[in-house]
Amino acid sequence: MISDKEIFETMGMVSSQHLDVRCITMGISLFDCITADARTTSDKVYDKIASYAKDLVSVGDKIARMYGVPVVNKRVSVTPVSLIGAASGGYKEIALAMDRAAAETGIDFIGGYTALVQKGATPKEAAFLETIPEALSLTKKVCSSVNVASSRAGINMDAVKKMGEIVKKAAYLTRDEGSIGCAKLVVFANAVEDNPFMAGAFHGTGEADKVINVGVSGPGVVKSALEKVDGDLTAVAETVKKTAFKVTRVGQLVAKTAAEMLGAEFGIVDLSLAPTPAVGDSVGRILEEMGLERVGACGTTAALALLNDAVKKGGIMASSHVGGLSGAFIPVSEDIGMIEAAGMGALSLEKLEAMTAVCSVGIDMVAIPGDTPADVISALIADEAAIGVVNHKTTAVRVIPVYGKGEGEEVSFGGLLGRAPIMKISGYSPAKFIGRGGRIPAPLSSNKN
Amino acid sequence: MNVIISVIGKDRVGIIRDVSTFLADLSINIIDISQTLMGEYFTMIMRANTEKSSMPIDKLIVALREKGASVGLDINLRSEEIFNAMHRI
Repeated sequence: MISDKEIFETMGMVSSQHLDVRCITMGISLFDCITADARTTSDKVYDKIASYAKDLVSVGDKIARMYGVPVVNKRVSVTPVSLIGAASGGYKEIALAMDRAAAETGIDFIGGYTALVQKGATPKEAAFLETIPEALSLTKKVCSSVNVASSRAGINMDAVKKMGEIVKKAAYLTRDEGSIGCAKLVVFANAVEDNPFMAGAFHGTGEADKVINVGVSGPGVVKSALEKVDGDLTAVAETVKKTAFKVTRVGQLVAKTAAEMLGAEFGIVDLSLAPTPAVGDSVGRILEEMGLERVGACGTTAALALLNDAVKKGGIMASSHVGGLSGAFIPVSEDIGMIEAAGMGALSLEKLEAMTAVCSVGIDMVAIPGDTPADVISALIADEAAIGVVNHKTTAVRVIPVYGKGEGEEVSFGGLLGRAPIMKISGYSPAKFIGRGGRIPAPLSSNKN
Repeated sequence: MNVIISVIGKDRVGIIRDVSTFLADLSINIIDISQTLMGEYFTMIMRANTEKSSMPIDKLIVALREKGASVGLDINLRSEEIFNAMHRI
């Protein structure tokens, strides 16, 4: 029998500590939509998404009421569009069809305008990459991702070079909205095929036809639990583990219920601690609760490593299938602790890069000056990819070179995307390094130091 | 389905009568009750079963909330599954 204390604990997590299920993401395979004609393909894409996801929002809302836990986002991820549109070349038409289907079903975002070019790009994939900026500027809910590196293939530096230019172009084409196109574009190393979180979600080629993946959250719950801990860091880690277990059990319950109600396979629960700009829902504040004056201080990487590891250890037993990105997110614009620290200069881009070596995912939602050259962005992508490839983990870059703005200014996107102070980035040129192109070979897996 | 119902409101005569009438009207069977006074606020946790009710759970939640609001009570009904999931292995 559940005790009153346990009932009040659960209710308190929801009412005052921002416990929520961050997203229910339905993965949909689009392989059966491939035709040689752009119009026919995009019509089939629209029909399949609109029919498979027609009840996603109502089921998400029903589950939220039933368990009394908010389900913040309902999303769809699809098979990489670079594959689905290769036969017809109608990539843009597919993007527009995805956006229409997203509007029709009422979902928040749709991911999968994606290419996987970690080793090399076909001519069709090269053409696809060129369409990304326009696709992002013409659509509202479509998200794009490109995998440019993996631990097995190394880093495709030709693709890295191209992505710097594409990020700049997306920033320019969406300049009237704070370059928001870049907030919907992620460059990955070791991308995962079952990630429910945007902007990097896509439905992998090894996945079933219709799959439900769920992302849990709960930075506020972890922080509240730590407020009561006066012990050493072992006690801190134990508390995080226990809290992560409870939070993940909610995700597992929601994922199983949603899969049953929607007639889909249960895919995975993603254990990520995903912050929002709301006060009391910040990963940065957890690190500060551990004893750092500000996130970004020396000790931040160690504190984050502890947090990330404990979240996984606690969460992994709570779910039958764990996957996705599963770790602590550090998106600057979406985390009030990070926003403040970056604004006052306590948190630098270099420190963020170090933090990405021990957590999920990477340089995320970081605003940089609009006049940052494309090759500098490419070099930042290459640095992040190197951390991911060498450490056998997923890393990513989602930077926004805000058109017309410089260091010290701020950009605001509103909603879950938040606001970001524009951070300083090194002005020294990597142009010759990036200009070389080619591939950085896959790293050695033995003799590790 | 087993559910947990929480009731919070300023203490007065007849709260339990009001709530149990609402539940009876909706054919919800009470299994267990615990209640206490926190300052001037009355709080009650009920375990109940909705099998006899013809309404689906999401409609019951809304109906109870509205009935509660009409007499100054905050009544929340949730599936017991979430508490079992979180607190029992």
